[in-house]
Amino acid sequence: MPKVTYIEFNGTPHTVDVPVGLSVMRGAVDNNVPGIDADCGGECACATCHVYIEPDWLDRIGLPVPGSQEASMLSFAAVAQPNSRLSCQISMTEALDGLVVKLPEGQH
Amino acid sequence: MNAPVAIDAASDAASRPLDAFDMSDPRYYQDDTYRPYFARLRREAPVHFCGQSAYGPYWSVSRYKDIMHCEVNHAVFSNEIGGIQVEDQPANLQRPSFIRMDPPRHDEQRKVVSPIVAPANLANMEPLIRSRTQRVLDELPRNETFDWVEHVSIKLTTMMLATLFDFPFEERGKLTYWSDVAIANVNAPDAPVHSEQERFNELRNMAEYMSRLFEERRNQPPKFDLLSMLAHGSSTREMPLREFMGNLALLIVGGNDTTRNSMTGGLLALNEFPDEYRKLLANHALIENMVPEIIRYVTPVIHMRRTTTQDTEVAGTHIPAGAKVVMWYVSGNRDEDAVEEPDRLIIDRKRPRQHLSFGFGIHRCVGNRLAELQLRILWEEIVQRFPMIEVMGEAKRTYSNFIHGFRSMPVRIPN
Repeated sequence: MPKVTYIEFNGTPHTVDVPVGLSVMRGAVDNNVPGIDADCGGECACATCHVYIEPDWLDRIGLPVPGSQEASMLSFAAVAQPNSRLSCQISMTEALDGLVVKLPEGQH
Repeated sequence: MNAPVAIDAASDAASRPLDAFDMSDPRYYQDDTYRPYFARLRREAPVHFCGQSAYGPYWSVSRYKDIMHCEVNHAVFSNEIGGIQVEDQPANLQRPSFIRMDPPRHDEQRKVVSPIVAPANLANMEPLIRSRTQRVLDELPRNETFDWVEHVSIKLTTMMLATLFDFPFEERGKLTYWSDVAIANVNAPDAPVHSEQERFNELRNMAEYMSRLFEERRNQPPKFDLLSMLAHGSSTREMPLREFMGNLALLIVGGNDTTRNSMTGGLLALNEFPDEYRKLLANHALIENMVPEIIRYVTPVIHMRRTTTQDTEVAGTHIPAGAKVVMWYVSGNRDEDAVEEPDRLIIDRKRPRQHLSFGFGIHRCVGNRLAELQLRILWEEIVQRFPMIEVMGEAKRTYSNFIHGFRSMPVRIPN
């Protein structure tokens, strides 16, 4: 099963198995990784599953489509960066095995 | 507490014809009788048309997932066309604010103020909020009945507002007054204003007072308070008077009233469910989870309204363009299909943050984590000091179909 590593803001890593087809957000929530709140449960409606994609992975994952719901939700997060994504919008594939994402200072 | 009324409400809700349902009547919320009506709407008419009300015809959306559908489709469900309340602002007294705008203007203005609740800034505010909370609690009388709303909820949230605006601290009571003016139902006997014109005039006075501070901040380097942020923001520094009035009222109400009522409603809910209160006293670590559950249970905003930009469908029901659509958060948060045992406060509930109280989508509450922070600190300090705080009589609720509030709640802290 593909693995994802979530690195908390304080540097603590959590590597967990995430089944293909599940979102990267769900992988964190189902394994109690702290720092992903996911208030809306995966509707792209709250921006509290915000992650930073490690540069090596950005090509494969891509950025939100400009003007999309994800882009506008992210634009309101004060701690958003050019490599920000909402992890509920990233669906797990075999090709993403080994993905590393960092978590922001807080979700809001 | 209101058992006889509740029994009447249950039978009335069961027998009344669906086309005679009008949930915009503020008495349902003042009397706390709305629940059986919404339970029936969710079951039998989740997208319901009310042809006649004091506010004209409107559609009600009462299920969690259908509300979510409207929330995320902001191109179809507009905030700008008709505003956010079932009651329209009178045409000649409109007060635009960013919650009453659609993209792109909404986005530009929201981004001006959202950094005030950035995670680092919340961490900076925490010690101040905590020391104020400790002081307010330490001054409370023991073994005598007092009003929790006046002595705790209003005191704490008014101080918070003064900090957010960097407002003259000794004048901070004005902020609470303006907040009450902004949300008052002008037909309520205890309202601070009794007509829309009177409300407009008071909010204009607010804008005049605030514009002096705004001008000062504009001429100073940018600071981390809402007025300074607005005064330096490219999309907000030249606001027309009415938009200045609207945005100030939005930030004052949003930064105050909702948290005030969660502070009161949470204590009431814990008294309604004493087993949960005992659970809390036995394990203070539950506070983190309890806070969002309180916010769900209380649901401080009763509804939000949208206006359709085109013909559309919600849960298979056709809604024409230009229709008023009311999303009843008080109902969605009690939807059995979305929340297990929704009428119970369960402080260790799983996924407590999946509730509608903050809204979802681009208009989601900017200050949601600040609200949670204030409530978390309040309860952390309460459980360290006091045994179970007792509600001693009826909590008096606000006459409003928009803000789910409390006017007063008598409580006693045993020795």
